[in-house]
Amino acid sequence: MSNAATILVVDDEPHIRRLLNGTLERAGYRVAEAASGRQALEVLGEALPDVVLLDLGLPDRDGLELIPAIRKQSKAAILIVSARDATEHKVTALDLGAVDYVTKPFDTEELLARVRAALRGRIGADGGKASVTAHGVTFDLLDRRVMRGDEEIHLTPKEFAVIAELARFPGRVITHQQLLSAVWSHDYERHIEYLRVVIRNIRQKLEADPAQPAIVVNELGVGYRLMGVEN
Amino acid sequence: MKPPSDRPDPEAFLRAAAQEGRGRLKVFLGAAPGVGKTFEMLREGAERVRAGVDVAIGVVETHGRAETEALTRGHDVIPRRQVAYEGRTLPEMDIDAILARHPQLVLVDELAHTNAPGSRHPKRYQDVEELLAAGIDVYSTINIQHIESLNDVVASFTHVRVRETVPDRILETAEIEVVDLPPDELIERLKDGKVYVPEEATRALQHFFSKSNLSALRELALRRAAQAVDVQMLDYLRSHALAGNWAVGERLVVAVNELPSSEGLVRGAKRIADALRAPWTALHVETPREQQFGEEERRRLAAALNLASQLGASVVSVPADSALDGIKAYVAEARATQLIVGKSARSRLFELRHGSIVDRLVRETPGVAVHVLPMIGEAPKPAAKPKRVFGSPSSYAWTTLMVAAITAGGSGLFHILNLANVALLYLLPVMVAASLFGRWPALYAGVVSSLAYNFFFLPPTGTFSVNNPENVVTIIVLLGVAVATSHLSARVRAQADLAAGSARQNAALAGFLRQLGDAANEEELMQAVCAEIARLLDVRTTMLVPSPDGPELRAAYPPEDRLETMERAAAGWALDKGLPAGRGSDTLTASDWLFYPLKTSERTIAVIGLARDDARDTVRSDQIPLLMSLLDQATLALERMRLGEEMRGVAELRERDRLRAALLSSVSHDLRTPLTAILGSIAELKHKESNPLIDTIDVETQRLKRFVSNLLDMARVEAGALKLGIEPVDLTDAVASAVHDTRATLEPHPIDLQVSPGLPLVRVDPQLFHHCLINLLDNAGRYADPDTPITILAERSPGSLALSILDQGPGLPPGREREVFETFRRLEGSDRSKGGTGLGLAIVKGFAEAMGLEVEAANRGEPRGARFTLRFPEALLVREPEDFDE
Repeated sequence: MSNAATILVVDDEPHIRRLLNGTLERAGYRVAEAASGRQALEVLGEALPDVVLLDLGLPDRDGLELIPAIRKQSKAAILIVSARDATEHKVTALDLGAVDYVTKPFDTEELLARVRAALRGRIGADGGKASVTAHGVTFDLLDRRVMRGDEEIHLTPKEFAVIAELARFPGRVITHQQLLSAVWSHDYERHIEYLRVVIRNIRQKLEADPAQPAIVVNELGVGYRLMGVEN
Repeated sequence: MKPPSDRPDPEAFLRAAAQEGRGRLKVFLGAAPGVGKTFEMLREGAERVRAGVDVAIGVVETHGRAETEALTRGHDVIPRRQVAYEGRTLPEMDIDAILARHPQLVLVDELAHTNAPGSRHPKRYQDVEELLAAGIDVYSTINIQHIESLNDVVASFTHVRVRETVPDRILETAEIEVVDLPPDELIERLKDGKVYVPEEATRALQHFFSKSNLSALRELALRRAAQAVDVQMLDYLRSHALAGNWAVGERLVVAVNELPSSEGLVRGAKRIADALRAPWTALHVETPREQQFGEEERRRLAAALNLASQLGASVVSVPADSALDGIKAYVAEARATQLIVGKSARSRLFELRHGSIVDRLVRETPGVAVHVLPMIGEAPKPAAKPKRVFGSPSSYAWTTLMVAAITAGGSGLFHILNLANVALLYLLPVMVAASLFGRWPALYAGVVSSLAYNFFFLPPTGTFSVNNPENVVTIIVLLGVAVATSHLSARVRAQADLAAGSARQNAALAGFLRQLGDAANEEELMQAVCAEIARLLDVRTTMLVPSPDGPELRAAYPPEDRLETMERAAAGWALDKGLPAGRGSDTLTASDWLFYPLKTSERTIAVIGLARDDARDTVRSDQIPLLMSLLDQATLALERMRLGEEMRGVAELRERDRLRAALLSSVSHDLRTPLTAILGSIAELKHKESNPLIDTIDVETQRLKRFVSNLLDMARVEAGALKLGIEPVDLTDAVASAVHDTRATLEPHPIDLQVSPGLPLVRVDPQLFHHCLINLLDNAGRYADPDTPITILAERSPGSLALSILDQGPGLPPGREREVFETFRRLEGSDRSKGGTGLGLAIVKGFAEAMGLEVEAANRGEPRGARFTLRFPEALLVREPEDFDE
């Protein structure tokens, strides 16, 4: 993974920008800054960021509106960094195309992990890696196999479909709706308990301690993410 | 007026439900006095006493019989109240003493008894209803001839009519035990003087106690008891939705008129309706004929309608030209399936001329079963057109004058007119008289005209003899025209009167609604209702609403600021029971005011009181339909006004919530942003150097962060407007992320996780639930002894799922466990060294209750410590889907 990736920090608070700037540079990223929505769209063309850290409470326009605008101009992954902690804000931002969401005040290590996950390419895409390993369990998306060491773990088609959705973007949150529409496709709204049961079964097969899941981790009210992927 | 609706099954269920919490009534039913009802009741009462039931005697008539007397001993007898009436004192059952004593079961003899004037209720069965409503079981006795719907039947063969009757509905929910004695034995007992017979009735009863009578009465009693069982069985079947075969969808209408036998007709209809288990309506058709009703007829009609309503019918009045038209129209509108009419003894001739109404009803109401019950007594007076139709003397004078004028004019013109044209002239006074004065003056005009024509114009003139047979025809034609014209114009006038009557009523209603529409608030509306009803019915009015201190006077016309105790009691009764009370009703008749309830489908929202200064009926029977419409409209208007006010309140509340949410969100942003900068900077500093001061800043800032988060949460709880996003949540996930987020606080404590992954999902708001868990874990971490484990335990039990967090530490002060959930409460004696905000547990309680969870705090046994439990009721648990993997 190239540490020369560029991160655009969009936040109206100079202290936060300075803090993020320091943290990210320490981790080896190039950093660009913008203090408003208008400025963010201007800088976007010059800096060509790989990831945009976007605050929602901007002075000139709401950060949520900015998500589609940024996506139109850039392929950068958008990571929301906001004090708004309501589930519905998170889900709305993710539905609009943000890849993840971090609430203020945040843990810097957690933020960096999210940035890494946002930078990671899609697993199983053409020319990229086709498998990913988390806590010793390997998910091979081309062969459609899950292995612990040399031992294959048998999953039902539904279970595999769910875990594949998570493994495609390791470390990123995948919302309930994204999982449900990918796996059940039809009439998915009412299947949230189905999803919970499938996740429970997956954990029984994969996790060392299903009561304290380390691989398939829940993001409350939002979705799941695949954790424990080594770089 | 609404047609009666089907009586759907839920009603049976409601009846059963209403029964719960009410006392149960058991009635000992006898065919005649002397069969031993009271004895049997006392015997069973004694049995209940032996079974440990608290039994008291409300009233028992032993009539001095020793064996009965003996049975009352050992019972707790509630002393009777002495009521002074016309120089005598009458011992009456003391209902207030019974209610105060509140036994489980009370014995009340003679259900049909009429109370002394001035008692709370005129009838003892009403006392019994009140006792039942208070949850007291009642045993009572009754003879078959006192049952309302059987009163006629019994009278028809015994020729003894009792005036004290009990409505059938009282018996419908009662358990009935027939106290049976074969007729021979009863007659034997009578001869031995074992049957109490009041002296004045001895002779009448001699006939009553004939063997054939007693056999018939006995059969009637047994049949009535069997029917009661049927009804209760059907109710049971319906409320439990068992398959069964019962008549569904029958709707019965009985047409009632002013004849004396109408009451018998109503009772007959009640029997048929009961047999069919059908809802029924008593229909009264207002025809033009009614304008000629005297006081007596009006009273009889009102009595028949009242009886119907007491027997459980809905009562409907419709205006129409004729009874036939009214019945046909209503039967079609109400989709009735059964029609009951009385057949009066009319002459064959009458029926030939007018056709039998019954025949036409059968022909013209297809699909309706028409029952014809014989009506005893006279037929309605069909063409009885008294006084007014005969016309005033002046109308005859005017008619005479017109004929004279025509005669004079005719003589003047005779030289240019022929005889036939003169005859035509005479039609003029006939038609004028018919249209202006009615039938008799018209006939008079016909006769006088023909006489004048005959005398003055027909040869031989000057005499009343007629030579030419042609002229006889002319005279007959004149008379015929008189009859036909007057008949037509009389009908037109009657219809016009009727239309005018309806128009007046509609205008009254429209004016009423206009007045109500102008009211800007409830106060004005109530005042307008009072003023308008007072004006339209020429009475005084008051309006009272329920309040914690009894009925509260809200409006009156003319203004009135207080009511007597008796009136208050009647108003309170009407509010409470949703039934009319006071003068002219069944209850508290000593009140000068008559109170009608304003009822919505759920409750009585107010009562309106009516009073009149003179001795006439408060409301005339023909005004009752208008009053009912007025009350309906007033109820609607009041309800609408209240809904409107509620809506405005809701809108204000919503606006306040919006502002509060905006404020919270901005405060939350303003507090979190600096915290983010500080915490981030600390993390960076820690990377560069190790300094205990930095660690201190870190720990304290983390505490500040938790404090801010709790403050914001508490503000949300206190605002009372938590927005819930309920979804099925896996406890494993919830616990795992709460443990993850509190790892700093819990660091020194090992976590003992006993949450089985196989538990049902729970329906909660994930975020609120997360905050609950964080605060509980935080609390446990703070108060637990160093390095002791914190246990998180999920337990499934029938009906609920409990998630507990247990620590090992000082625990909670005994007896004050609940207090920990109060805001800013940190119980004394707890370890305070590790600062908490005092908000955490209050937030747990606020959030948990908002989601429907129960919170519990307790001390655990061994090892010592506190145990906090979140309990999920069964309704919040999600049944595992089974087809998820298909």
